[in-house]
Amino acid sequence: MSGGIIEADGLSREFRVRDGKRKRLLTAVDGLTVRIEPGEAVGYIGANGAGKSTTIKMITGILVPTAGRVLTCGLRPVPDRRRLARRVGVVFGQRSQLWWDLPVRESFRILAAIHGLTGRQESSRTAELVEQLELGGFLSVPVRQLSLGQRMRAEVAAALLHSPELVILDEPTIGLDVLSKQRLREFLVGERRRHGTTLLLTTHDMGDVERLCDRILVIDHGRLAYDGDLPGLSRTVGAERVLVVDLAEPMPDLTGLCGARHLSSEAGGLRQRLGFDAEETTAARVLAAVSELAEVLDLTVEEPDIEDVVRRIYAVSR
Amino acid sequence: MAEDVGLAERLRPYRVVLASRARSQRAYRTSFALDLVCSLLVGVVELAEIWVLFTNVSALGGLRFNQILLVFGLADLSFSMADLSFGHLDTLPDFLRAGTLDAFYLRPQPILLQLITSDISLRRLARAGVGAAALGVGLATGGVIWEPRTVALLVLGLVSGYATFAGLFVWAAGLQFFLLDGSEMTNAFVYGGRYAATQPASVWSRPLKLVFGFFFPMAFTAYLPAVTMLGLPGPGWLPAWLGWCAPAAAAWSWLMGLLCWRWGLRHYQGGGG
Amino acid sequence: MRATARVYWRLLVAGFRRQSAYRLAALGGLVANVTFGLLKVSILFATVRAAGGELHGYDVASMSTYVWLSQGMLGSVNLNGRTDLALRVKDGQVAVDFLRPVDLQAATIASEAGASVFALIPRGLPSVLLGALTIGIQLPTSPLLYLLGAVSLMLGIVISAATVYLIAVAGFWLVETRGLQIFYMLASGFLGGLYVPLSLFPQWLRTMAVATPFPSIMMYPVDVLSGLGGISEAARLVLVQLAWLAGVATVGQLLTRAGRRRLEVQGG
Repeated sequence: MSGGIIEADGLSREFRVRDGKRKRLLTAVDGLTVRIEPGEAVGYIGANGAGKSTTIKMITGILVPTAGRVLTCGLRPVPDRRRLARRVGVVFGQRSQLWWDLPVRESFRILAAIHGLTGRQESSRTAELVEQLELGGFLSVPVRQLSLGQRMRAEVAAALLHSPELVILDEPTIGLDVLSKQRLREFLVGERRRHGTTLLLTTHDMGDVERLCDRILVIDHGRLAYDGDLPGLSRTVGAERVLVVDLAEPMPDLTGLCGARHLSSEAGGLRQRLGFDAEETTAARVLAAVSELAEVLDLTVEEPDIEDVVRRIYAVSR
Repeated sequence: MAEDVGLAERLRPYRVVLASRARSQRAYRTSFALDLVCSLLVGVVELAEIWVLFTNVSALGGLRFNQILLVFGLADLSFSMADLSFGHLDTLPDFLRAGTLDAFYLRPQPILLQLITSDISLRRLARAGVGAAALGVGLATGGVIWEPRTVALLVLGLVSGYATFAGLFVWAAGLQFFLLDGSEMTNAFVYGGRYAATQPASVWSRPLKLVFGFFFPMAFTAYLPAVTMLGLPGPGWLPAWLGWCAPAAAAWSWLMGLLCWRWGLRHYQGGGG
Repeated sequence: MRATARVYWRLLVAGFRRQSAYRLAALGGLVANVTFGLLKVSILFATVRAAGGELHGYDVASMSTYVWLSQGMLGSVNLNGRTDLALRVKDGQVAVDFLRPVDLQAATIASEAGASVFALIPRGLPSVLLGALTIGIQLPTSPLLYLLGAVSLMLGIVISAATVYLIAVAGFWLVETRGLQIFYMLASGFLGGLYVPLSLFPQWLRTMAVATPFPSIMMYPVDVLSGLGGISEAARLVLVQLAWLAGVATVGQLLTRAGRRRLEVQGG
């Protein structure tokens, strides 16, 4: 295929919203131009309401753009929706595509029929997905009785049943516990390796981005604010990780530590927050520096949150 | 994967979903039994309404009770069957509110077809039973003129009635994209239509004849075929021979239904709702 | 005493306000309502005419009144048997309601009644007005009848709320109240005179109907408001309604207390 798997050119979407008594025009996506090549793993991040879901809807043919155009797998999403549906798999984190009151296995059977898989394709693909995502334990349980982690794994399997070239995941790890998140990420990495699937992932979780994506698109107020890799993003933005230490005894503010700056203190100095640049130093080194000055009872490391990164990006790009 | 697949293969996904739904309904035994009883009783009460009137008079709209049974039977039987296959279309507002209609876009099938085959209400069979019983009694005792044409008209009437009511459900679904909270408005012609279909059109005023005689062609589903079978003349504006035009009514109903559906879907994709 | 009265008043008003958000829904309901009304008029007029212009005290004009008043009341009485409370009893959340310093029965009924009274504005009045304009209705001339009519209407609304309340609290003992609710849905409309005036029923069926609270919900208020039978009949019907209200409310209160004890025993 000569073209990219997603080619957006000046893609825009406006909505007419009722604001009390008046109507105003809300621009959800504004002139998005981006090209995603087959096999890439792209993270699509932005604040709530920044336009991520709207972009996904236009890429998959659910919404018609008000300006610009997009080609997905070389097809126009709205007129060629049904052909496109055979080549794309979508996972919505907050909405289920499975049949709520039927066992998981039934949903797979139905989807296999919907996508016209032969008996052999269906059984081999189902077996592969069941094994990789560890679904064996709850295949006969109705979807509505599954835990969130189990349901997400089933949703991912359902979206990948027809071996699509492009997989779009909309907030797939939201609400999942750490272990489930990790399992899901490992599966996606493996799937890409095995089948060369292109991945487009919208998320609020920097951990997802770090572990899954080679490329990051940041959208802010409908506009593309950054297109590049993660190190570049951190550099551009100067985002800090934060080490939170609980000390044995109250200490005065730990300023002047090498590589870290003091952010705040609580409980008269018992708990202190120290920010550091992940490019320049590590949490371990900062911890070592603190330990030289005081006894550390407990610690936490906070990642830069998406809102913070996005806010900074917007400030930088202006 | 080939694009040109055989008909059986194309129908397979719809068959699988429907079979799945049917199975899951029958699985909850007591609940299903209760639903059947409820459905049956609804049919009985609807029949009782008409029966009560006939304990006071001997003819309404020029028809005796066992002739009215013919009208009621035709209407209720075809409506119940249409309700069985298309009735769940009125859950579209729930899909729209929850955003779950988007899932339909991601499957390689027409959205309306997915919606139609997404469920089947087997419990309506009980109500269809009431309609069938009324129809049977009406045919046996109403004074139907039995000739080959009558049988043809009976079958034509039932099939066209089914199709007409089905078209109404699609029509209503298309309008839901615009009505949102006002979804009850479509009850006026879907369930109001059913009610109208069980009435002899001869009792209607002129405006009603326009609305339920022609625009939502309810008179064609039962009354007109019935009077043709009975050899009776129809009222003004609705002569009996129109009974043979029942298929045209079905076609009209589906035309309007599909138009509204396309219109509504386009509105949804344009960001409305 | 005054404090509790104030609380119930607030609940009534809150129920009242709850409905004002659903304007489009009200319009949709009105269209459906008027359509059914016109169809009812057609068949019932035909019945009256076929009986020679007068049937059990109804002529065409009073039949029209019956249709529009009953259709107008539809939005304000519960003829399907479903309530939010029933769901709360089913999933146990009702335990929270018992912790509140208001009586569950009175609070539920007040809230429902408030919403119902409000519904008269977008649904009740327009239906009656449209009916009056298109077909024509006849209303009583005596102010006393209007007063009795308002009382009867209120009683009908409250009895409706009180009766569906019984179904909800039956959920303390029955695992599935759906059967009861379905039976209520079928009986309340039919025996309550929604489809056909009760006077047209054959005697045995009519006896059955008056042995239930359903006529008090719809048929009697419609009869009083339409002025059929004059003041003495209207007063009699109001008294019957009061009796039914007392009965249903008492049963409801007993069931509430028994249900509460049962919940406590079960450790709800």
